[in-house]
Amino acid sequence: MAETKLTPQDFAPLHSEREVQSLSRPSLSYWQDAWIRLKANRRALISLYIVIFLLAFTVVGPWFWTIDPSTIDPDQISQPPGANREVVVTAPYEPWSIDSIVVPASGMALVGEPTTQSIRMAWAPMPGAFGYRVYRNHFPVEPGKALGLPLVNILNPDETWFEDRLNLKAQDYYYAVVATDATGNRISDPVSVDVLPERVITAEEAIRRGIASAEEPPAIGTPLKMKLHPLGTDYLGRDMLSRLMHGARVSLFIGIFAPFAYVILGIAYGAIAGFLGGIIDQFMMRFADFVVALPFLLFMIVFKLAFSVGAGESGIFAMLIAMIVLLWPGTARLVRGQILQIREEGYVSAAKLMGANTNYLVLRHMIPNTMGVILVTLTFAVPSAIFTEAFLSFIGMGVAPPTPSWGSMCNEGIKTMLTTPHELLFPAALISITVLVFNLLGDGLRDALDARMRSRE
Amino acid sequence: MWRYAFKRLIQGIITVWFIATATFVAMQMAPGDPLSGEKALSEEIRANLEAKYGLDKHPVQQYFIYMGNLLKGDLGISYTQQNRQVNDIIAEHFPVSAILGVLAIVFAALGGILLGALTALFRNKAPDVIIMFLVILGISVPSFVVAAIAQLSLVNINDLLGFSLLPVAGWGTVQHMLIPALVLGLSTMAFLTRLMRSSMLEIINADYVRTARSKGLPESRIFSRHMLRNAILPVVTVLGPAIAGITTGGFVVELVFAIPGLGRYFVQAVQQLDYTVIMGTTVFYGAFLVLMVIIVDLLYGWVDPRVRLD
Repeated sequence: MAETKLTPQDFAPLHSEREVQSLSRPSLSYWQDAWIRLKANRRALISLYIVIFLLAFTVVGPWFWTIDPSTIDPDQISQPPGANREVVVTAPYEPWSIDSIVVPASGMALVGEPTTQSIRMAWAPMPGAFGYRVYRNHFPVEPGKALGLPLVNILNPDETWFEDRLNLKAQDYYYAVVATDATGNRISDPVSVDVLPERVITAEEAIRRGIASAEEPPAIGTPLKMKLHPLGTDYLGRDMLSRLMHGARVSLFIGIFAPFAYVILGIAYGAIAGFLGGIIDQFMMRFADFVVALPFLLFMIVFKLAFSVGAGESGIFAMLIAMIVLLWPGTARLVRGQILQIREEGYVSAAKLMGANTNYLVLRHMIPNTMGVILVTLTFAVPSAIFTEAFLSFIGMGVAPPTPSWGSMCNEGIKTMLTTPHELLFPAALISITVLVFNLLGDGLRDALDARMRSRE
Repeated sequence: MWRYAFKRLIQGIITVWFIATATFVAMQMAPGDPLSGEKALSEEIRANLEAKYGLDKHPVQQYFIYMGNLLKGDLGISYTQQNRQVNDIIAEHFPVSAILGVLAIVFAALGGILLGALTALFRNKAPDVIIMFLVILGISVPSFVVAAIAQLSLVNINDLLGFSLLPVAGWGTVQHMLIPALVLGLSTMAFLTRLMRSSMLEIINADYVRTARSKGLPESRIFSRHMLRNAILPVVTVLGPAIAGITTGGFVVELVFAIPGLGRYFVQAVQQLDYTVIMGTTVFYGAFLVLMVIIVDLLYGWVDPRVRLD
């Protein structure tokens, strides 16, 4: 048997001790880990992008879309998005001269071109008439149905013409005329004519509205485009897009700032109570219990009244204060509970043993460890604050009228819901989307930040 | 049990006192006063009115008078309708709100429990995904938008059918109540569904469910006796706050559907700065909610015998 020769190499370790114990993955801080988990959650990530987009929409939007939200466009009232904006320049209005009237042989006929400046009509004299009454309607004249708005009672049987200049729009009108007797009773069947007037504007008016330049006044007959409203206009002819952007400022300001303010107040209150402990803690928490017991929305209204300064202000500030006064106890309880819990943790005792002072304990252990829970609370507080603002504005207790907010826009939109649903739909959709994305983001953050509260899905 | 109930009642009374005081302070702080309406009052009339309502006294004295009246159950006289007692207003309008609220709660609780159980049983399958999507929608869309859309669809459905399937607004018959109660209960139902789902998911894998199954119990019995009864517990705990949410949510629904409830009256009173009505209604609602929470808490001890009330 041959003797094996052993060399020092045979005694070298197969693996170095270091390699065996080295970590297979890089060490991650709490926040890096949370960020990775959030990134893996597609719903939360998309929500985060939408939140960023919404913030850009409200903060940067008004720089690009500079129309003032309170400017009224009287030519375009309650226009849905994509409405026809054509308008033709016309001569200034000239009174109708009697000589140019051509009375038709029978029935009713238009005289001249019908425009939104004036619609002129004449009809054949009716036998036995003492006078005539002219009606205007948006719906076709049918037997047995109302003729519409009576425009004029003519008391002269020879005057068989009429000029309508009353608030004309570029839409279908149905005119009807009936003969009347001496006491104004209708004595004949209606004779009618339907008309779609052309939208016109005088050159002077066009310059004043800013759709034509004053240096080169447009010639008569020039087609122009009226002001663009990408999302249409509301019932006063105000630009919806601009109002949505400015309304977002109110809604998101309250939605983000109010939770921040009351969460900070809650942290301070809860931390003080948790630290001091004993009878002061008992007393402070008992008080917080009472504030929690106040019915929230009722007291939002009552406090909103109390903190209002009076007429002429937007009411945002009062709403903010009322929200802070009512909502701080939730965070205070949470933070106090967390602090009481963390105080008993092993690592705090270890830090104390090693001589850490209170400042170090608070900054290094307490705050970072409560931060996750607080951030989650904050994200869920945003949608509820936006809801509250919308609710208050909807019942007319929120933001005062000239200032737009999504809630007050819904309140105005609901009145014209049947005819022009876009006035309600746009702000309602924005509120819903905002609340939805903040809820989803909150879910994602909770899953990423706080293992104990992780939802079971 | 009785000791606990008594303790809770005392706590509740203190809470109502706190609510009343907070309302009083808030009303004192509010700018303007109820007498400065559109009509300009002469000095004498003003002084007389102030004397009638006790506004000429010191706020502290007013507070004690107010509290004394409150103890007697007297909430005062309306400022805008000078011959109406706030008590009468509440007695007239609250039953309407209460009926609507009870219907909404029943609807929300039944719907939430059933849908939540359903989603848990069909976890990650089509019913679960669809219902959970609707739930997120129900939580995210404000009640006034839901109310408006419901009303709009009702108009269109009635139009389409050619006869009135359900009335669009108003109050009086059972048909009037259905849609508003549905709308009012919707967000609470969404919330309860979510809660029920997670509580069911926890129980589906519980030991006693497995034991029941291994004993050969029929699946329906396991579901009704073992799962549902245990999963329902967290839902009962949040019923108190849910009642509060439905009460105040009623404001909007009553407004949209033109229902003559106390919520709509309260909103009107706020807009007209009718201080006594605002105060009276707030205290009344506050006391009502406190009572509801106490009842729900006592109920919880009865539903779950493991909870010792003391």
